[in-house]
Amino acid sequence: MKFSDFVCPEAIRAQLQANDKLSAIRELVGALVEAGRLAASEQDSIVAAIMKREELGSTGIGRGIAVPHTKHPSVEKLVGAVAISEEGVNFDSLDGEKVQLLFVLISPPDRPGDHLRALENISRQLRDDMFAKFLKQAKTLEEIQQLLEEADNNQFVS
Amino acid sequence: MGEETATRIVTVVNPQGVHARPADLFVRIASRYTASIHVRKGREQVDGKSILGILTLAAEQGSQLTIGATGPDADEALMALAELVEDGFHEIDGATVRGGDPPRTPRVDDN
Repeated sequence: MKFSDFVCPEAIRAQLQANDKLSAIRELVGALVEAGRLAASEQDSIVAAIMKREELGSTGIGRGIAVPHTKHPSVEKLVGAVAISEEGVNFDSLDGEKVQLLFVLISPPDRPGDHLRALENISRQLRDDMFAKFLKQAKTLEEIQQLLEEADNNQFVS
Repeated sequence: MGEETATRIVTVVNPQGVHARPADLFVRIASRYTASIHVRKGREQVDGKSILGILTLAAEQGSQLTIGATGPDADEALMALAELVEDGFHEIDGATVRGGDPPRTPRVDDN
């Protein structure tokens, strides 16, 4: 799976405003609502479901990366948004560090495989230090889009 | 060096596969041991103490994983990790497993 298979280009946020977990998740889900990928009426329910998942263990998986996610019956295919936080968000990460890269994933309840393949792509790409560094330093939507595209074309990992 | 590597083949049984929380659990347990741990699925081998590594395996239900451990406590590490995987990462789904011990954590809808 590639970034372009699940990242909604209109829901990329180069400068996340939020600096706490709940606000960050609200902002990312809001971006997907604005982009027309999620129903506005489901916004609160989706944010609540993501927060409930976070209670089981933070999805801040280390190296400044978080992958907040949930299943939700209101989506028919996996949708994702990306945000960069220059200052970092306190995400109760597993390594205690603030997160600068956030990938939110909302998947239909019956497609665990797609969710796994999205996580696989995110992890595989971000294991590359260069890619992770460039993405954290990206300041504009265009820069992020270009980096994701380059990653999709395997320009960072073989 | 030249230490022997103990290996064990396990099958992922939980319906959601090895997503973020199972990967976290695996790494937490692996990190308790001094042995170096690796996990292989097909041709791909990753560090068993790296969440990013484990997630790149995208191990779905039914996947076979070969866990390898090298070091003084390799056997204990293998036993603990194999039990975790074979126990479905304690992620017992009412739809797939009935009876036996209750799950250690309450069942919740999670990806």
